[in-house]
Amino acid sequence: MSVLFDILSSVGMWEAVLRIATPLIFGTLGVLLCERVGVLNLGIEGIMTFGAMVGWLSVYNGADLWTGMLVAAAAGAMFGLLHALMTVPLGLSQHVTGLGITLFASSFSYYLFRLAVPTSSSPPTVEPFRPLAVPVLSDIPFVGPVLFTQTPPTYLALVLVALLAWGLYRTPLGLALRMTGENPHAVDAQGIDPVRLRIVTIMAGSALMAMGGAFLTLAAFNSFFPTMVQGRGWICVALVVFASWKPGRALLGALLFAFFDAFQLRLQTVVDGVPYQLFLMLPYLLSILALILMARRARVPQALMQPYRRGER
Amino acid sequence: MSPPASPTATRVLELDRITKRFGPVTANEDVSLHLDRGEIVSLLGENGAGKTTLMSILFGQYTADEGHVRVEGQELPPGKPRAAIRAGVGMVHQHFALAPNLTVLENVMTGTEPLWKFRSDRAGGRARLIALSEKFGLKVDPDARVSDLSVGECQRVEILKALYNDARILILDEPTAVLTAQEAEGLFSTLREMAQKGLSLIFISHKLHEVMSASDRVVVLRRGRVVAERKTSQTSKEELASLMVGREVKRPARPPSTPGRVLLEAVDVHVGGRGGASLKGVSFRLHAGETLGIIGVSGNGQTTLAGLVSGLHAPDSGSLLIDGQTPARHDVPHAIAAGIGRIPEDRNAEGSIGDMTTWENTVLERIWSPEFSRRGMVKRAAARAATEAIIRDYDVRGATVEGRIRLLSGGNMQKLILGRVLNAGPDILVAAQPSRGLDEGAIAGVHERLLEARGRGAGVLLISEDLEEVIGLSDRIRAIVNGRLSPAIPVEKADAQTLGLMMAGDWSAAAALEAEASHAL
Repeated sequence: MSVLFDILSSVGMWEAVLRIATPLIFGTLGVLLCERVGVLNLGIEGIMTFGAMVGWLSVYNGADLWTGMLVAAAAGAMFGLLHALMTVPLGLSQHVTGLGITLFASSFSYYLFRLAVPTSSSPPTVEPFRPLAVPVLSDIPFVGPVLFTQTPPTYLALVLVALLAWGLYRTPLGLALRMTGENPHAVDAQGIDPVRLRIVTIMAGSALMAMGGAFLTLAAFNSFFPTMVQGRGWICVALVVFASWKPGRALLGALLFAFFDAFQLRLQTVVDGVPYQLFLMLPYLLSILALILMARRARVPQALMQPYRRGER
Repeated sequence: MSPPASPTATRVLELDRITKRFGPVTANEDVSLHLDRGEIVSLLGENGAGKTTLMSILFGQYTADEGHVRVEGQELPPGKPRAAIRAGVGMVHQHFALAPNLTVLENVMTGTEPLWKFRSDRAGGRARLIALSEKFGLKVDPDARVSDLSVGECQRVEILKALYNDARILILDEPTAVLTAQEAEGLFSTLREMAQKGLSLIFISHKLHEVMSASDRVVVLRRGRVVAERKTSQTSKEELASLMVGREVKRPARPPSTPGRVLLEAVDVHVGGRGGASLKGVSFRLHAGETLGIIGVSGNGQTTLAGLVSGLHAPDSGSLLIDGQTPARHDVPHAIAAGIGRIPEDRNAEGSIGDMTTWENTVLERIWSPEFSRRGMVKRAAARAATEAIIRDYDVRGATVEGRIRLLSGGNMQKLILGRVLNAGPDILVAAQPSRGLDEGAIAGVHERLLEARGRGAGVLLISEDLEEVIGLSDRIRAIVNGRLSPAIPVEKADAQTLGLMMAGDWSAAAALEAEASHAL
């Protein structure tokens, strides 16, 4: 028991939770945006990988870290545009298009990476984001180091949660977005073009996904390797359901998953005689449980995965 | 939105010689219509008469081939719903354009503010919504989720949405189709109130009693043309019924019937409303070799009646005897086994599976019969042969055995369904709206087949809103009104006036005719 207590009371553990949660927050917000206008985006896994690669590559070639994040966002938006064009005006299967983008973007990332870095046994590194201690606040015992000595992209992710929550629920644009995911006919009848709204929103959501990927190479680690996203994208897709398509709950879900992950990492080092794969499984298993409990009450956007064609019902 | 200043009415809307064609079909031809301030005009016509097309042109969803729309003297640019909204035209669609997961206020406010605004004016919107709902007696809770509302409340939200957009002209497309009788009454008094407060309304309907009670003036459309215009105070249900249907009713050659034994007998059957209107004590007999026609305006229980006979619904009380026997179970497999064939009302949703092939659709209903399967394996050769025979015998144009049925036109799909049903040699045939949406040629083919089935000794239950069709095919006719069946009159006594009365719920004449007919036997 004291082992558990030691883990749970350590600053390092809680500080790690927020760090591990950051790419999930970006990704979950991205998926949430897309699904709020009625489009499933399973391209996330590939878009995150591509964001991780292109962000890293920019910095490796001399760009500063924020430029790297921006390049990743722009690349994500382009993949978003591709997904949007296929699924919105053409009305193709959102599953197939999304999976196709994931396969394509993942392989394409590795291809570009190999072109840029032809031979090396150990992947080259960049100088990543450093933790930024917020003055005064970081001096608060325990809470200070946990919350206020993170890297800048983590702060950005937290700000984005608030911005998105406000945007979706307090602005006319947010209402139109939510309506588009519920009933695009109603949006059209009010003179707003739901097709345009969908395309732009999917681009924005995909940009967020790519930024989540870039966080991995520019803050959490300092190099790129092709398998580094490791299913985080899929976790984000599940977290959106867990979150009932609400930004605040998405943050909660990301933190919960990150907590399990940080916890199992530390548990591995103190518990002997148990295969470590069992611990690796833990966060996923617990996420499935949480999903089952939460998702029953979730309100799915009614037009999710339904292509919109004017004059058809 | 002030009431008219002078007793001379002001013209708020003018449709001037509108013509609209869809390919070879003319949906509206040379239609002119006007609306004055504070007036309620009914647009009356059968299904397919062109009512909804005309209103879609007014609202900018379709572009007219010829003609103009003027709102308060200003010409409306064609094909722009946004322009129609700005000019003060609001449309309440038959299918609500609402988001169930959002609140009433959110539904009403969507798209009413500039999109790029940091903060939506919820408080102002709420105040405006409450003020409107009080002014017109449309009670709603702004914070209720639409999914928790009743259908009647949803309709109020739709009306409020239009009013929130400053609509001065309101078009309601069959607004009572989804309402209960009480809700419909409530709606009518709301409409009156709105008209008194200076709004002008167009009310689309095919229900005579609603038109009579809700409007000041009636415009009757038939086959895309305006055939009559009457002040409501100077007309009657009977006159409107005959105007709607047309005076000259053609009767194709129909061999005399030789009714045999009773195939189907319903005694005081009640069926609760499962997504449709309920049946409230229905009794009738269907004999071998006769066609019993059921007329009535839609939504009075037709769908439930068809469902009852074809095994979709079991009676809550009362009994349904097939060939004198109570079936072991009231479900579809038993009904099919008992020799009941059905031509479903909605051939796309219930009659076929669009993405499956013609042969698969053909054998679907009888896939377990030894004719088409053995030990769980489909007999493909037999299925294909049967399909080919139907395509040939019923002249299903455009169909191939392996082609997807989605690609067929309505008329050809109906031919295939007819072939599928009739090839099984049913004793009882339920035909619900069998010629809906078909062109004249296809209709004639369908009618010929139905007469053939009757000639072969089957009992045909024909449920249709098309009076000409019912008169042309039936031996006896009943009307269905609010879940009850009228007395049966022999077709020889069926004229537009009698049928109009029957559909309006006045059954005294029909009862006399029924008594007379049974006396003569």
